[in-house]
Amino acid sequence: VSLLILGFIAAMVRITVPYALAALGGTISERAGVVQLCLEGLILTGAFAAVVGADVTHSGALGIAIGALAGALLALAYAIVVLVWSADQIVAGVAINLFADGLTRYLLKIRYDSASNSPRIDALARLGSHGDLAAVLLHPLVLGTLGAALAVSLLLRQTAFGLRVRAVGEHPEAAQTVGIDPRRVRFFAVTLAGLLAGTGGAYLAAEQGQFVAAMSAGRGYIALAAMIFGRWRPLAALLACVLFGATEALELRLQGGLLPGWLVQMLPYALTLLVLSGIGGRGTGARASGGPPAALGKAL
Amino acid sequence: LSARLQRVLATAIALLAALLLTSVLIRLSGRDPAHIYALLLRGTWANPYGVGQVLFKATPLLFTGLSVWLALRAGLFNVGAEGQITVGAFACAMCAAALPRWLPGPIAVPLCLLAALAGGAIVGAVPGWLKARRGAHEVITTIMINFVVRAAMVGIGALVFERESVHTRAIAPAAALARLSRFLPALRGSAVNLALPLALAVVGATAWALRRTRLGFHLRAVGAQPRVAAAVGVDVGRMALVAMTVSGALAGLGGANFVLGYKGYYEDGFSGGVGFVGIAVAVLGGTGPLTLVGAALLFGTLAQGALAVNAACPKEIIDVLQAVIIIAAAAASRVGARASTPASAAAAPTSNDRGAT
Repeated sequence: VSLLILGFIAAMVRITVPYALAALGGTISERAGVVQLCLEGLILTGAFAAVVGADVTHSGALGIAIGALAGALLALAYAIVVLVWSADQIVAGVAINLFADGLTRYLLKIRYDSASNSPRIDALARLGSHGDLAAVLLHPLVLGTLGAALAVSLLLRQTAFGLRVRAVGEHPEAAQTVGIDPRRVRFFAVTLAGLLAGTGGAYLAAEQGQFVAAMSAGRGYIALAAMIFGRWRPLAALLACVLFGATEALELRLQGGLLPGWLVQMLPYALTLLVLSGIGGRGTGARASGGPPAALGKAL
Repeated sequence: LSARLQRVLATAIALLAALLLTSVLIRLSGRDPAHIYALLLRGTWANPYGVGQVLFKATPLLFTGLSVWLALRAGLFNVGAEGQITVGAFACAMCAAALPRWLPGPIAVPLCLLAALAGGAIVGAVPGWLKARRGAHEVITTIMINFVVRAAMVGIGALVFERESVHTRAIAPAAALARLSRFLPALRGSAVNLALPLALAVVGATAWALRRTRLGFHLRAVGAQPRVAAAVGVDVGRMALVAMTVSGALAGLGGANFVLGYKGYYEDGFSGGVGFVGIAVAVLGGTGPLTLVGAALLFGTLAQGALAVNAACPKEIIDVLQAVIIIAAAAASRVGARASTPASAAAAPTSNDRGAT
């Protein structure tokens, strides 16, 4: 029985990591006032770049770094579109996801001549968090995720940069009058979000040892749900990811014995809807009462 | 007029930029972009069958595009057209399969269309209600509802799908919408059907109602100036509920194209993302109904053209082109309308000043 529980915890952690990294990225971006609907595309891009990167360099670690950078690069493109050209953030976010899905499929065919998946890349697969619970928990990216959550929380609450991020997310005009450049802060926050979500995608690719078309499989939206569920607070978002990861791990372990799979898949979204509809506190209204940042989505 | 001209110019430049960027990608993979685009045109507008298929692919986009477009006019961003057309199509198929075989078409078809409307309306009403009464931002709730619908359809599908398949029972023959090739033999083989004239009529009627009726005026007022509208006594919350319900109904009706006009059943994954492309149609379509139809035709062309280029170049390049067009159009739509478009108001998930009050 204890073996079962250890296996369950390991599975939960492995499911949680990509959610958590993406949700943390989303939290930074949205706290700076930029809507972050492209987490899904960032994860997908990170996963693909990690696979190609590891394939080309024969190094899993370099592959993961390339995956993270690719996420940052796509996020930077999104930032240019919405912050320089003032495109609507929701439209641009949806489009970036379509772009990432199309581009990774296109390049998958060009490079690996396959519509469904890349071959297994051993250099990257070796870096997946395999083995017993201790090995999973001590995996650098698992520890890194925990560290990232603490770091983002500290960053937002305790540092001068965090204060700027929050100021720009709540009232960019006021921030500007005290000498903060809202656009620069937002650029940095969005790119950081891409770096984190890209790392999440790279971890996912390492776990599976290869790239599979559309392998993000809605994880970016679960991360989005977790971010709202945690009311735009990094540690609460992490806990929400753990909750969603735990239900999925439970479903995997029980093979649908307890709850049908579709119900488990629905859970993160249904719970978030309940939060938004005001059950157990509201995810709406002013920031102080748990609502979104006041300037979220507003063009400068 | 000059702002309008600026916008048209900006959109044209955006489309060209999108083509250029995609050309670079095609070139980088060692192929000739001009050849790819020629294939795209040859497979679509160069022959009657291609035209028919473009129109068939544009039909659901007219509905989902109109759905998103209408909500935008009321200052709301409906990202939920995907879930709405899914439930609309499913309701339509269940209704059409349950109808007695002796029922004549003129009764059966409207009943099924009503079911599609109702299915979409229910899915649209939920975020409308959450917006009106709870102040929950419709972008987030519609995204969440898309996934709730997707998961629910897995559960429901397991109960009602035909054995060993992912589709529902066949519809009653009388409920089918006739192919246009019956009236225009040149279109033979293409799936374009009576849902297309229906779509055009619905686009026209919606645009007319928005301009000429009291409700339409209120919706536009809420979209353009929510505070002013509230100050003169328009119930902003109620308008959000109405706009989202109608928007959902319009998307739901789009399900009829596939169910009644093409396959004769609801099938898992039938939509192919038309709910999301509908957002692109609405954004590129701007403010008028004619440009909306034009945008639907453009994306219909791309959808059909993707199949035509696939032999020479992975068809996913068309998905990339589509995404780049959306981004470019979104950037261009801010030209000449920097201050306050409905889209910019909708992009601000602060429920404080709208709906909740």
